[in-house]
Amino acid sequence: MEETIRKNTVKYQKLLQKYIETQDEKSLYDLELISKAFIKKNILPEELINLHIQAMERIYPQLLEEYKLSMEFLLEATVFYGLALQEVDYLRQEKDVLTSEISVAANMQKTLLGTQRPEVSGLDIGAISVPAHQMNGDYHHFTKGSNGTIGIAIADVVGKGIPAALCMSMIKYAMDSYPEATMSPNKVLENLNRVVERNIDPSMFITMCYAHYLPAESKLRLSSAGHEPGYIFRAETEEFEEVRAKGIVLGVMPDATYREYELAIQKDDLIIFLTDGVSECRDGDRFIETEELLEVIRKYIDLPAQELVENVYQYFEKLQDFQLRDDFTLIVLRKEV
Amino acid sequence: MNLSVNVQEDSNVKVLEVSGEIDAYTAPELKETLMPLMRESGNEIEVDLENVQYMDSTGLGVFVSALKASKESGSHYTLKNVQDRVFRIFEITGLSEIIEIKAAIRGGNE
Repeated sequence: MEETIRKNTVKYQKLLQKYIETQDEKSLYDLELISKAFIKKNILPEELINLHIQAMERIYPQLLEEYKLSMEFLLEATVFYGLALQEVDYLRQEKDVLTSEISVAANMQKTLLGTQRPEVSGLDIGAISVPAHQMNGDYHHFTKGSNGTIGIAIADVVGKGIPAALCMSMIKYAMDSYPEATMSPNKVLENLNRVVERNIDPSMFITMCYAHYLPAESKLRLSSAGHEPGYIFRAETEEFEEVRAKGIVLGVMPDATYREYELAIQKDDLIIFLTDGVSECRDGDRFIETEELLEVIRKYIDLPAQELVENVYQYFEKLQDFQLRDDFTLIVLRKEV
Repeated sequence: MNLSVNVQEDSNVKVLEVSGEIDAYTAPELKETLMPLMRESGNEIEVDLENVQYMDSTGLGVFVSALKASKESGSHYTLKNVQDRVFRIFEITGLSEIIEIKAAIRGGNE
């Protein structure tokens, strides 16, 4: 830092003198280079003014005393800018630390809440979950019971970011303690609701859909705690059927009960689960309508399940200029036989 | 997008006129006005959502905490003039079953 000041002292004086005598543009350009070098080295504005005072005194030894005093006055005023700059620098460093901590946390979350799409013959499963920021407030999970039952959980917590992500870990660990494959979807939600209600901030809640797919019977059993409705694409009619299951969100009523719904699934039908990051996508100021979402799914309906969800995601990512407003989760299951 | 919250005091009903979008950034403003009223005992509050075209789950969270607070304080609130798009999320989340919502002037909910 001192090295930079020393190296530029004479240079500054020469440029200043040249400018006073000729008002040459070139000296302004060279001055810019000096300023940039100072900024790069975190040299404070008062140092620059000091440089100016010294240069003026050397070029014009007969300077008015009043002028000298005025420069001292200016120097004092600049000190506070210097302090502010130092603070910005400090904040920048602090932000870097936070950013790296969050990215560690986000990785940890990925490991903790990670899930694998189960391999089931005759069932093609696709899933995508992308957070709007670094950490995900959406959660999805698959399980495969010994009797062949496939458990599918999809949940969304109020808000996004870190508080939402922390909250989701609670769901994951509570669920790990249940004998999921034998516990009916409505009982899973009733149990989770009690856990969530006791442990959550009053302004938070979680929406969740929990389903069992029974391959042997080709049946889907599901319960919903205020979650965004899913859809079934019926291969026979090529129409989408809304799966609207009633039930209150988790965390609001301590003794909530949930209904279980049962749906028959036919060959080539597609079961669709999503979060409101999908259904509340925006194109500029306009919200996409459900029909539009379903048309996009229809466009890719012949693709394998994983390619289907990835294509739908890319479509909406592009529509929103690659800036997700909310966490986005989409799961599809196709009965192939 | 901004949110504005005005409190109109009728004889014994306080009306909160909300306009704008209620999301993660604006919800705290609604919360700051609504919650103190809910924590006082014996308040009757109407929240007018006629000029709210968009609300996300953070907005719902404010109404959920207001409901919880009202159970302790004995105050009471209702929502009125809820627009279709906003009503839909009360309905999906099941919150329309526990929060009192009066029908909108236009749009046919309830």
